[in-house]
Amino acid sequence: METTLKCHKIIGGYGEGEALISHEAICFYLTDPKTGIVREKNHELAGKNIANKVLVFPSGKASSVVQIDGLYKLAVHNVAPKAMIVKDVETVLIVSAFLVKIPLVDKLEQDPFEAIHTGDFVKVDAEKGIVRISKPTS
Amino acid sequence: MYLTKLEERILRGEFAEGTQRALELLVAIGEAYDAERMIPIARAHAASSGQEGDLYFVELLANGGAFCKVPTSTNPVYDITYFHRKFDSIPKDEAEVARRVMEAYKRVGAILSWSCLPYLTENIPLFGETVAFSESSATPYVNSVIGARTNREAAQSALAAGVIGKTPKYGLHIRENRKGTCLLNVEASLKDEFDYTLLGYYVGQQVGYGIPVLAGIARQPTTEELINFCAMSNTTGAISMFYMPGFTVEAATLEEAFQGDVPKERITITNQELSQAHEELQTTSGEIDFVMLGCPHYTLKQVEQVARLLKGKKIHKDVSFWVCTSATTKVLAERNAYVNIIEKAGGHVVVDTCIDEPCWIAYKNKVGMTDSPKCAYYRRFRDVIVERLPNCVEAAIKGKWG
Repeated sequence: METTLKCHKIIGGYGEGEALISHEAICFYLTDPKTGIVREKNHELAGKNIANKVLVFPSGKASSVVQIDGLYKLAVHNVAPKAMIVKDVETVLIVSAFLVKIPLVDKLEQDPFEAIHTGDFVKVDAEKGIVRISKPTS
Repeated sequence: MYLTKLEERILRGEFAEGTQRALELLVAIGEAYDAERMIPIARAHAASSGQEGDLYFVELLANGGAFCKVPTSTNPVYDITYFHRKFDSIPKDEAEVARRVMEAYKRVGAILSWSCLPYLTENIPLFGETVAFSESSATPYVNSVIGARTNREAAQSALAAGVIGKTPKYGLHIRENRKGTCLLNVEASLKDEFDYTLLGYYVGQQVGYGIPVLAGIARQPTTEELINFCAMSNTTGAISMFYMPGFTVEAATLEEAFQGDVPKERITITNQELSQAHEELQTTSGEIDFVMLGCPHYTLKQVEQVARLLKGKKIHKDVSFWVCTSATTKVLAERNAYVNIIEKAGGHVVVDTCIDEPCWIAYKNKVGMTDSPKCAYYRRFRDVIVERLPNCVEAAIKGKWG
């Protein structure tokens, strides 16, 4: 079954993939730029891979320089997320997503942490302001 | 967001492609914050860094024919020729990124200040002016000490604003959003610049994200004290603005700073909190390999202090001694013979760069000393002791601390 939810476009485009949820803010500088594996110690996603996922997280963190450089390096190695769904935006995250052309949305009409779970298949159509969520069939 | 006819034409690609890219970024930010429209800015400061993400965007604009519409200054990178004469260990690819970044900022028509304190000399905002200033000390200094209005920009959004001459109207451009969020009762005695560094370090950690209002400051802080407070509080936290009623310009009283509201949070800061912060930064003692000063860039007054402390002395032969400052400050410091005194003692006064640049790779496994916790925060070195300036100079002469 597929659920369709409205959202607010920040950076346009379309991206789909398996959902990966982080309840903690993310600093892209603290991921391995060649693989996408989170290297930040004590982070909820430590050791997990964000490559090609639809990443659901509350917000970005860290200084503008490192955050932008971090996401940029992931994109250069083709291991950036396919789309990003956040709760709170800030300028630095918007700039980061803009530079690497990754769809970024917020204001999902339901709490994203309740509507989406790690492993769901998620299609983010930022242009249309729509997120489609399919639960795994097992 | 409302767009003017001209803005719509830029977005349709009727002008230079670089200009189109710059406006696309600003519109994305404006839409994200539900800004009603774009507003003109008087000036911008792009926190250029010489890293790959920085290079990508500035070349995108420069190669697309974009050119700054309002004065747009730049942050430190590093002069490769100078450092290649000193060290041979800077990786070629990193040096090439830095060279291309500096060249692209020139093509895009930026002020090549390579300084993190543009608001003192090269690009000075006025009270009430709308600007787009990135860089950790610059954003809070410009908002609070000068009373201009800027959001906490990224290097790219500030550069884009400089090219378009506008920024979306959101955040700190709106008066209601400039309201104090937290009352800090300062009981600690603040004696010097280093105490303000510790205060900023602690306030950033405690407040995180917000607009602190500091009450109980006993005397007028100096320019350097305010710079240090800004740089540190916006590094350990995200402090884009603060109030010190009586000393900063925008609110004369606590009531004005909170716009009539009751503060949601109250924190008291005593000497004990500051000594604890200092202890946290005391990681080691013993022999040191280098001393690095000027984060943020030293002002002329601070370069003079260093010269006074070093006059007639010799820095230990195993210690490298660096003072980072702007090109404009160095010209004056040369005229006043401060540079000569520092060089005679065995130190260097270096321009256009900052401690968070790859040019210092030779010290990667060394132990250093500085008066700036930011130097330790970036973790470019094995260990960094954070101390007051006179202690740093004393250790440089002896070759060890403690």
